[in-house]
Parts: sequence; structure tokens; C-alpha cells
Amino acid sequence: MNAMNTKPVTENRIWQPEWECMPRQELKALQAVRLREAVTRAMRVPFYREKLTKLGITPEKIRSADDVRHLPFTEKIDFRDNYPLGLTAVERSEIARFQGTSGTTGKPIWTAYTRNDVDRWADLCARFLVSGGVRPEHTVQISFGFGLFTGGFGLHNGIQRLGAAILPVSSGNSARQIMCMQDLRPEVLICTPSYALKLMDDILSGGLDRSSIALEHAHFGGEPWTEAMRERIENGLGILCWNNYGMAECGGPGLSGECVYRNGMHIQEDQFIVEVIDPDSLEPLPYGEKGEFVVTPLCREALPTLRYRTRDIGIIYDNGECACGRTTRRMSRIMGRTDDMLIIRGVNVFPSQIETALMRVEDAAPHYMIEVSRPGALDEVTVLIEVQPGMFSDSMSEMQGIQTRLVKELYAVTGLQMQVKLVGPNTLERFEGKSRRVKDTRNLGC
Amino acid sequence: MKIHQISLFLENKPGHLNAICRTLAENQINIVTLSLADTQQFGIVRLIVEDWEKAKEVLEKSGYVVNVREVVAAAVADRPGGMSEMLEIIGKCGVNIEYMYAFALRHGSEAVLVFRFDKPDRAIEALKSAGRDVLDAVTLFGEAK
Repeated sequence: MNAMNTKPVTENRIWQPEWECMPRQELKALQAVRLREAVTRAMRVPFYREKLTKLGITPEKIRSADDVRHLPFTEKIDFRDNYPLGLTAVERSEIARFQGTSGTTGKPIWTAYTRNDVDRWADLCARFLVSGGVRPEHTVQISFGFGLFTGGFGLHNGIQRLGAAILPVSSGNSARQIMCMQDLRPEVLICTPSYALKLMDDILSGGLDRSSIALEHAHFGGEPWTEAMRERIENGLGILCWNNYGMAECGGPGLSGECVYRNGMHIQEDQFIVEVIDPDSLEPLPYGEKGEFVVTPLCREALPTLRYRTRDIGIIYDNGECACGRTTRRMSRIMGRTDDMLIIRGVNVFPSQIETALMRVEDAAPHYMIEVSRPGALDEVTVLIEVQPGMFSDSMSEMQGIQTRLVKELYAVTGLQMQVKLVGPNTLERFEGKSRRVKDTRNLGC
Repeated sequence: MKIHQISLFLENKPGHLNAICRTLAENQINIVTLSLADTQQFGIVRLIVEDWEKAKEVLEKSGYVVNVREVVAAAVADRPGGMSEMLEIIGKCGVNIEYMYAFALRHGSEAVLVFRFDKPDRAIEALKSAGRDVLDAVTLFGEAK
């Protein structure tokens, strides 16, 4: 993004101007104070206390927001190593809410909230919803799953906070989703972008009269998407689509969101410090350079995560003030990942999980490829597996049985329905050194 | 009384079957008969050749996954009703046919049926006691020449 957009796509409103439009100098001073508090809370967690002590860091040594760069990183594995609540800084009795990662496999990452955390989270969500056209008189259909996923209840609280009506349809069952849209005429839809594409296809192919639904806005989250998808859905349904960002490890949605000028997503800098680092040297990069987002929530009481390495790649823009009046920095869309994690229909999948599933069926694992595509609205995954002597039989029913078992194991491990395609021996590419087993043709680059 | 059948995994792509046949031809191995089972995605080719051990060796050397299975070959009269009589014997002894294929011999008035049974020994016994010819390799390949 070079030029700044100066034309709003709809009316500009701000939920908490006292925080969102703070003069930058005050904002930086506030960040310094809050960062010191965050480090104080982190000192209650043995994991952080040990790391901080080793580095000679005490809360008193935090003088400015920029001191964040001296703090230790937190990685996804640290949550696993300290499962279930080892990174939590408060007593059980102070926890008011648990949410978790979508993790359909193994153990989720638990994200705990105190009453204050839940309260602030509602405002964070209200900020990007209001920023993206949602008004108290609106009805908002939530088609995110309600459950551990931070998206469902997070947005629910935000909508409640801003005073709009909640229509909690939850995920799945497109016919029912469309029925709700027609009968209760919500103005706003909340779902994953790929689900929006599916709903759009169903609406348009069903020959529905556009005037039978009242949608004006859609807020997307849970998976990366592109400007091309935005254009397709906005043109297809005649609505405005909005992007926001957040992750369970740092409290869920509400970290950043777009304003009506669409110059990237405004980072809620009163409550988060977002850095961009070089994923190899781990050194912070200047604004405007592409790297990995590293997030430090400043106000979270229950889970004071320091410098969380998101593995998401993007840019923080430094090209002047946004016309909306917010003084906060803006971040780009997610442009990629620094690890091999795939986000498929909103679910995080690592190729290693796929390998685990294959290993459970005869000796299917050694040679395979994962193909991810988006032929229609939804992501599709095909796992190509080379037939090995141990799994080959002259009986067709046995071969089909193996295929069925592979599909079942893949579902058990990833929670996703995948296609399995058996291919001849020695037909897949062989790798020297680091393998590239994933072929993603969804074109999610920005 | 059983004969060896080799089977190979086959991708549904042009030229794949021929590649197998070419490998056998280059090694002077004659295919007595073959059958194909296929889905939309892949197929299984099953072959009866005289020197199955050599065939397995050369195909594996060429990178194929080869499965060897004992099957039952039985002679059947090459006339209307011949097949049905045979199946009746098998049906009565409670054996299930997993798959089968047939081929006609160049000489004589008999055809050969190749069976994969779930209980091959019981089927062989039933066929024999009904007076049917269950062929061993020597007879089969002798007749095929």
C-alpha cells in the first residue's frame, strides 16, 4: 500500500475515541506504563519469571514502549509445555472465562480471562465492529461456531456492548443461515470469509431475490483472505466486507480492525504492542518492512503473554495519519506464515498432523503430498499417497477399504474431511533436505 | 493346485498399462491372461504369466508395487451353460468369489476361469468332487502354448 485512501466507504464512527484517537505522545507514554504493568504480572508466572530474571529484567527497568524488544518471546510450544494453565498469572477463583484455540486435535491452548479481561475484550470487539459499520439499531447474525473458539463469544460480547441485536445462529447449515437472513433480516453477518463465499453461492444460485435479505456488512475472521475475495463478495452480495485480526493466545479478536478508509487494520495500541521482526535474526524491523508480527497484550490480567510470535507475516504501515482520526498504526492483511501451518476452512492444520494420520494406516506415510485448493467457495484438501507394498492388495474392496480408513484417520486427527488419492510408487517428487509437501493453489497472497 | 497371479497398482493415466506390458515384453515374458479392476482414480491389473517370479523381479526393479496371490484356475466347457454349472457348484459349497475372470484357450473346447475365493481349498475340493478340472501351472501353461 503506497497511497493512503482518503475516501470513506461508509460513515466514519469511533467507539472509544478517548483511546483510539489519543495523541501519539500520550499513547506511547501509556504503552510504557502498561508494559511495565504487564511485565509485573508476567513475573507471577514461573515461566516468565525465570526468563526475565535470567535477562536481568525487572518491571522498573521498563522505561518506554520500545523496551518491549528486550523481553523474551513466547511461542505456541510454550503454551503446550506449560499445559493447561501454566502461563496463567491469576488464581483460579479470579478467572471468569475460558476460551481455547480451535485445535480439533490434541489439547487446545487455553486462554483465560478475568472479569476485567472479558470487559475490555467486549470494547475491543465493539471498536472494530463500530469502525466497520455496525450500529446499535442493527441485527448481527453470528455464523461463527460458539464454543471454545474466541470468535463466537468474543464477537457476541462486542455486539452486546455496542447495543446491537445478536442473532447467534452459530456455524453450519447454509439453508438455515439463509432462512435467518430472510426472516429476521440482519444487516450484519459474521463468519469466515470462505463460509461467506459459500453462502453467497447458495444465495445467488438459489435465485434468491436480493431484496429478501437486508445484509449491508460482513465482518470476517478466523482465516486469511484476499482483496480479490473482498471484491468478489462485495460485488456479489452488494455489501461491505471488513477485516479484523486477533489470536487466542493474545485474547482473540480485537487486536486490530479496519476503518472506513481501509488503510490497513488499526492496531488497538492502547492495549497491544505489535512489532514486526525478521523471523530469522529475530530483530525488530522498521515500520514499512515485511516480517513476522509479534504481539504483546498490555492489559491482560489472566494471561500476560509477552512478545507472542504469531508466525503471521505482514507489514505495519508508516505512511502518515489515517483520515478517520484514529492515531493508531495500521497493519496489513496476513500475507503468509513463517511456519508450515495451513488454515483450512478456518481450522489450523500442520502437515505433521497429516503425516501422523497416514502413519496409522499400514505404512502409508513415507511419500505423500498435500494439495490445497479452493475450487468453489470452500477449501479442499487432497492428500496424494504413493502406494506402498504393505498397503497394496489385488482386491479392490481392500484397496477401497484402505482409502476409507485414510480418510477417517485424517478426519480424526485434523477434524477435516479430506480427499485421499492413491498414486503409483515413485510418482511424487522427492526432496533433498527440507521437504515441500504442501501445494497450496488457493492464491492467498495479497 | 493353485497358480500364482501377480497384481500391480495402476494409475488411471494414458500409457500406464502399456508400460507394464512393455517391461514384460522386454524380458520375454508372455502374458497368458490379464484382468483389470478399476475405479475412477486407480486400477489394479492382475496378470497370469508362466514365470511369475521373474515377472515380479523385473517389475519390482522397474519400480512397481507387486502383489503375488494364489488363485484357482478351473476348466469350463466352452458352450452355453458351462459357466453357470460351474458357479452352481461353487455357490453350493458356501464359498465366496472375491473376483474372477475368464479366458479361452487357443485349442480345444474349454475355457479357463481364474478365481480368487475367500476359501480356496474348500472350493477346490468341491470342484474336484463334482468332477471338474482344477488346473495346476504345468497343465495351464502347457495348454496355453
